[in-house]
Amino acid sequence: MIPAAFDYVRPDTIDEAVRTLHDGGEDAKVLAGGQSLIPILRLRLAFPELLVDLGRIPELRGVREDPATGSLVIGAMTTHHDVIHDPLVRRHAGLLAAATETVADPAVRHRGTLGGSLSHADPAGDLPAVLLALDGEMVAAGPRGRRTVPAREFFVDYLRTALADDEVLVEIRVPRADGWGFHYEKFSRVAQGWAIVGVAALVRRVDGRIAEARIGLTNMGSTPLRARTTEAALAGAEAVPAAVASAADAAAEGTRPATDLSATPEYRAHLARVLTRRAVLAAAGTE
Amino acid sequence: MTAQATTDAPRPEVGRSRTRKEDARLVTGRTTWTDNITTPGLLYLAILRSPMAPARIDRIDVAPALERPGVIAALTGRDLADELGPMPCVWPVTEDIVMPDHPAVAVDEVRYAGEPVAVVVARGRYAAADALEAVEVDYTPLPPVLGLEAALADDAPLVHAGKGTNRCYTWPLDTGNYAAQKARADVVLRRRYTQQRLIPNAMEPRAVVATPPTASNEYTLYSATQVPHVARVILSMVTGIPEQRLRVIAPDVGGGFGSKLQVYGEEAVALALARKLGRPVKWTESRSEGYQATHHGRGQIQDIEIAATKDGEILGLSVDLLADMGAYLMLITPGIPLLGAFMYPGIYKMNAYTFRCTGVFTTKTPTDAYRGAGRPEATFAIERTMDELAAELGLDPIELRRRNWIRHEEFPYTSIAGLTYDSGNYEAATDRALALFGYDGLRAEQRERRARHDPVRLGIGISTFTEMCGLAPSRVLRDLRYAAGGWEAATIRMLPTGKVEVTTGTSPHGQGHATCWSQIAADVLGVPFDDIEVVHGDTRAVPQGMDTYGSRSLVVGGLAVHHAALKVVAKARRVAAHLLEANEADLEFTAGTFSVRGSPEATKTIQDVAYATFSSHDLPDGMEPTINAGHLVDPDNFSYPHGTHLCAIEVDTETGRARIRSYVCVDDIGKVINPMIVQGQIHGGLAQGIAQALYEEAVYDTEGNLVSGTMADYLVPAAPDLPDFVTDRTETPATSNALGVKGVGEAGTIASTPAVVNAVVDALRPLGVRDVAMPCTPQRIWQAVTDARAKGART
Amino acid sequence: MTRFSTTVDGTRYEDEVEPRLLLVHYLRDHLGLTGTPVGCDTGNCGACTVELDGDSVKSCSVLAVQADGGEVTTVQGLATDGEWTALQTAFHEQHALQCGYCTPGMIMAARDLLKENPDPTPEEIRRGLEGNLCRCTGYQNIVRAVLAAAAEERRREAPAPRSADTGRPDTRPAPAPATAGQEART
Repeated sequence: MIPAAFDYVRPDTIDEAVRTLHDGGEDAKVLAGGQSLIPILRLRLAFPELLVDLGRIPELRGVREDPATGSLVIGAMTTHHDVIHDPLVRRHAGLLAAATETVADPAVRHRGTLGGSLSHADPAGDLPAVLLALDGEMVAAGPRGRRTVPAREFFVDYLRTALADDEVLVEIRVPRADGWGFHYEKFSRVAQGWAIVGVAALVRRVDGRIAEARIGLTNMGSTPLRARTTEAALAGAEAVPAAVASAADAAAEGTRPATDLSATPEYRAHLARVLTRRAVLAAAGTE
Repeated sequence: MTAQATTDAPRPEVGRSRTRKEDARLVTGRTTWTDNITTPGLLYLAILRSPMAPARIDRIDVAPALERPGVIAALTGRDLADELGPMPCVWPVTEDIVMPDHPAVAVDEVRYAGEPVAVVVARGRYAAADALEAVEVDYTPLPPVLGLEAALADDAPLVHAGKGTNRCYTWPLDTGNYAAQKARADVVLRRRYTQQRLIPNAMEPRAVVATPPTASNEYTLYSATQVPHVARVILSMVTGIPEQRLRVIAPDVGGGFGSKLQVYGEEAVALALARKLGRPVKWTESRSEGYQATHHGRGQIQDIEIAATKDGEILGLSVDLLADMGAYLMLITPGIPLLGAFMYPGIYKMNAYTFRCTGVFTTKTPTDAYRGAGRPEATFAIERTMDELAAELGLDPIELRRRNWIRHEEFPYTSIAGLTYDSGNYEAATDRALALFGYDGLRAEQRERRARHDPVRLGIGISTFTEMCGLAPSRVLRDLRYAAGGWEAATIRMLPTGKVEVTTGTSPHGQGHATCWSQIAADVLGVPFDDIEVVHGDTRAVPQGMDTYGSRSLVVGGLAVHHAALKVVAKARRVAAHLLEANEADLEFTAGTFSVRGSPEATKTIQDVAYATFSSHDLPDGMEPTINAGHLVDPDNFSYPHGTHLCAIEVDTETGRARIRSYVCVDDIGKVINPMIVQGQIHGGLAQGIAQALYEEAVYDTEGNLVSGTMADYLVPAAPDLPDFVTDRTETPATSNALGVKGVGEAGTIASTPAVVNAVVDALRPLGVRDVAMPCTPQRIWQAVTDARAKGART
Repeated sequence: MTRFSTTVDGTRYEDEVEPRLLLVHYLRDHLGLTGTPVGCDTGNCGACTVELDGDSVKSCSVLAVQADGGEVTTVQGLATDGEWTALQTAFHEQHALQCGYCTPGMIMAARDLLKENPDPTPEEIRRGLEGNLCRCTGYQNIVRAVLAAAAEERRREAPAPRSADTGRPDTRPAPAPATAGQEART
């Protein structure tokens, strides 16, 4: 299938991108890696009049450390492939690298970007829950300047984020998770399939106990979610299967998973419990 | 040491793993897919399809599309009705079959989502796609007809109102007295299985280029088809273009699996537009378009009942089938389930068999052939039932099969369904498979896991199958009311330079005919493999053919090559005898050379003879100056490959995921032309059969929309989703043909699906699970375990 | 219309195209490079995989104008002076193709895989090809072909084999042809 016609601009700077988006109004759309957007256009499920291609804005790519906070600052247009192979990400945010390796397939990961995935906000996408678990922050640039949105406020609804139509996601800030164990447990029907449910787990262990755990859930609602009850139950728990299983029983609390071709809500809730147990045990190194 | 290396005869080509002649252009991208073809003045066709089903078309206006840039023409179904007759079905399986009109483009009413309602022709692909948006259509939705049983209810809405029923036909087969056998049975087991709808997914989407007469007086249709010869006949009838002025070419074709064993409305429309506009027209299907527009496969509900003694002797079998035709009858839609009718008894002896199939219209994409076509469904039902019966009787499923299968010394054997199986050795294939599989060790591990309540259970599934392929003896086709014959044609031309041109009526799309037919011809003619060119897929170059489907190409078409080559040698012998001034009876023919017995220095190669015939200076008196020959084979019988497939599967009872741990199959396809190609056919067949068991399903919603409408939703397995297969063969030559060969194209698909599902159920049986519907998705497996546990807790 | 230029299989092109033109349609319909086919409309099948600036991409999910200034390699640009790459040879020898429609994308994806991992395990190969669907082969011979090509490429890269007493040549064998050893022997 073939996309409907649109105009195309490829700004060189963030300011120019923001200006173009602002002028374009609601018929303008950002083109990041295009790995979701271009298929959507081909299927004629969307009809933007203007695509603003962020592909040639150098400052949107790459990973650096913020000297002030020590956080990682990841340019929104950094590709999945580059995230996976970035030494800073691997050292300080291994969860993000591990989860990104499960996104789609190698060719898609060469084009697809972290910022694009987060802005698309597909509840079946793997990375939103990861950013939620990492307590990441999104930096948006708009006509009124820049603002920082915590991950927990960024994902508003199904395919909707806190970004305004004329805002561009420019940076993702990820606090270092040094010393945290991590695991992303993805459950999909085929290798290249979307997650039926995914669980992103970060665990900090102290003396055989779980001092702190953070759990992000993929595809358990219209937005990514944190399994707060399980996190609370894990705080201070022994890092042993029985204790983790008992805490994981609450993983689906407060979730509202959808029905689709692969799963009913009941099955998703069940999977969330099983996969949370597995992810936490793996992250705690007691698998 | 046995003496052997002294013979002059070169190593035979047949039996060698020759790498393929076809590959060079395919690995370098120098291909000719239909969509690659371009020609001056080429226009692009795009098709507007109904977004719902069924519905009345209240108003349709293509005029706005004509206003769009680059648009040359826009037509409705009514406009095209003057150009085209209805699309035919050539397999009216019963006298009273209901055969609705099937226009290439709908007029007044659409009956499935995706049915064509209008067409536009524009100067480019993109312009044509855009113009579709401008066509205005008002629909009034009508009630959908989705479930097969619901469709047969008295008050069901009708797919074809004028026909008064959704029942297309009922076709019975009865041998022996099933009721009597049932009455004396110790055990009667009744099961219902559902064959989900499948989307064939040939990697190359369909495409068509139709060109009007230019230099010559003929129309040319390039099409991504398995059946150029059949298409020529049908399309000349549909379009009114005289058959002798229509040339159909199947260039490189990217897979078919039955989906291109079809004559589609788009082919007829493209020809009609080429005629009307006097310009070449191309249409290329998009994948998601094809999910609605290319025929589906399977789609059956099977009620199967087996009657047996307590010792496990099968007494009789009863099968009642509902088969989903979809909204229209395509080329051979009604006949597909009947290709399974004869296969439910499988490899087993029994005293009675009763079969009934009812074809049912629904408001869905029409069904037709998909790899195996009827036989996978039958094999699934009987092989699942055998495992169930074994469990019921407390017998090992292998042992139950041993007690019932036809023993090797009993061949030829006429099955209860009336087929004469010419050869087979089920014992040998099974013994070999069990050894490769490590059956006893896996059973021990299974018991051990069960004992310690491992959440990951091990299941072992068995499928001992046979199938009927090599379609088909023409007289049998007559009895089945199929409109055409089942023969195949080949010609061999001995060229003056000593090279050889083989034409074949088969039309390959990945099977490697050029390679295998060269091997067959090389051995008979004694010419080098590389000197042979195989020509196919063009009705001008190959005037006669019945094309490729139903694992027929080798056992019918390859055989025709073999016989044509024998004829060439016989004719050449006469010329050689003349040239050598000897009696034909005194000539020996070895490795392409005729020599006179007793005087080995007097020789003529077959190439010498070819040149002598070309010059014709010195031929026997009255001899027609050619050694070229053609041959048509009408097979005496079907071909009956068989095999034993064993699957070990690990089922995670917590998540419901099933993962194949090992898969062993030992197939017996008789003599083998090219082991490498045979193994490739098996691998690919297994992948498709496993895909039906675990992954794939065309899902419709309650309104009749295809929900699994793109490749993102319909899960074709990728490399990580499939295991490494262990394949082996036993070799029991077919006695029904001179090459001793059997068909192999569908074996893997037919055999594997029940092996996998049997393994899933075997893993879960101690938990109380008796069946899992296909595809055995994690959700379904988890649900089955959950339900069984709840039931166990209640009782 | 948007002006752009790109180099495809070593030849530089300048064109003015609609921005919506997909890279794969640019290759096929504008340049006549029909070796790269289209197999789906959702980016799932991978038949259209090409290399863009050194990375495998699905050319149906890239706009032609996004390749502006870039370098594209298709399956048609792999062979040099008619000599096939190790992957092309291995696909042929291991019978890793039947209809061949997925083959260009499969080879391009495998090429990318071997660039990142010159000595992959069968599991890594399956994983690395997860974005490419084949309906004919069941993938087994594709995995074998990639293994064989990897072994061949390592052999070519290795220093010339020295005599047995002075050094150790790379003795890791390439997999045998598709049928030998794989089909269990009776």
